[in-house]
Amino acid sequence: MNKAEIMKYVEDNVIEKRELPAFKAGDTITVHYKIKEGNKERIQNFQGVVLQRAGKGATETFTVRKISGNIGVERIFPVSSPFIDKIDVNKRGVVRRARIFYLRELQGKKARIKEKRK
Amino acid sequence: MSGLIGKKIGMTSVYDADGKNIPCTVILAGPCVVTQVRSKEKDGYEAIQLAFDDKKEKQTNKAERGHFAKAGISPKKVLAEFSRFESGHQKTFGDIIKVDIFEEGEYIDVVGTSKGKGFQGVVKRHNFAGVGQATHGQHNRLRAPGSIGASSWPSRVFKGMKMAGRMGGNRVKLVNLQIVKIISEKNLVLVKGAVPGSNGSYVIIERWK
Repeated sequence: MNKAEIMKYVEDNVIEKRELPAFKAGDTITVHYKIKEGNKERIQNFQGVVLQRAGKGATETFTVRKISGNIGVERIFPVSSPFIDKIDVNKRGVVRRARIFYLRELQGKKARIKEKRK
Repeated sequence: MSGLIGKKIGMTSVYDADGKNIPCTVILAGPCVVTQVRSKEKDGYEAIQLAFDDKKEKQTNKAERGHFAKAGISPKKVLAEFSRFESGHQKTFGDIIKVDIFEEGEYIDVVGTSKGKGFQGVVKRHNFAGVGQATHGQHNRLRAPGSIGASSWPSRVFKGMKMAGRMGGNRVKLVNLQIVKIISEKNLVLVKGAVPGSNGSYVIIERWK
């Protein structure tokens, strides 16, 4: 086995696979995230636009951006995190690139993303 | 002390029971073969020599071929000596040692050769802070080493003065790394944190007790 095969074997066998819906940059999603407070566990929702998916395999992450009271908030989630309860895809966006960082500079009406026609 | 020779494969991350992300390094460890046993009577010290990773017969010189033929194995790339294995792991010539000598959760040391950084200045090499300010008319001294000594006395630069030069490529030992997981059927060890060297480089995993 070469290095790549070994890494794949480890990631397939050691890290638990998460079944998440397919989404990509430009989509609007809601992440249901488990938060531990002392002994209690509750679920927090984070809804926003996916800016990018970075990395691969077990260490893959995605960035979600939302506007909270005129201030942009971005959060990075690991795809295989056990704290992600589930992900809802609210809207499929039409964007021309895999990483839409240009969205950070845009405000108001310009920051809209066209929705994909079904 | 007991140990193994291994090969650094790469890094990944796993999640523990609390859902915490643990960065870890995957090491292909062994199986190693005992190719020589050093004894007090013959060599003046006790140790065993381990061999790891196959290599081509063509790339092996005659002396090495004889050494491996004695142990009855195909030629190996790396040899390393381990001083006295623990009493529970008394090994003899030709024995095969696998990852099962380690346990999950225990602490080990890893020795490797760090990545070569080339010729580096003092800021990167010795964590100097550079000279002075970046603004207020200050000019091209940002990453300079500063003074390297006094003048008429001693009229020389002291030995061992920290200066620019080749960095990296040294033997580095990291101690007390935790074993996160062992996959014995594939001879793999997952160690918490990073390990010296590039992917594909050889490392020595050892445990002192």
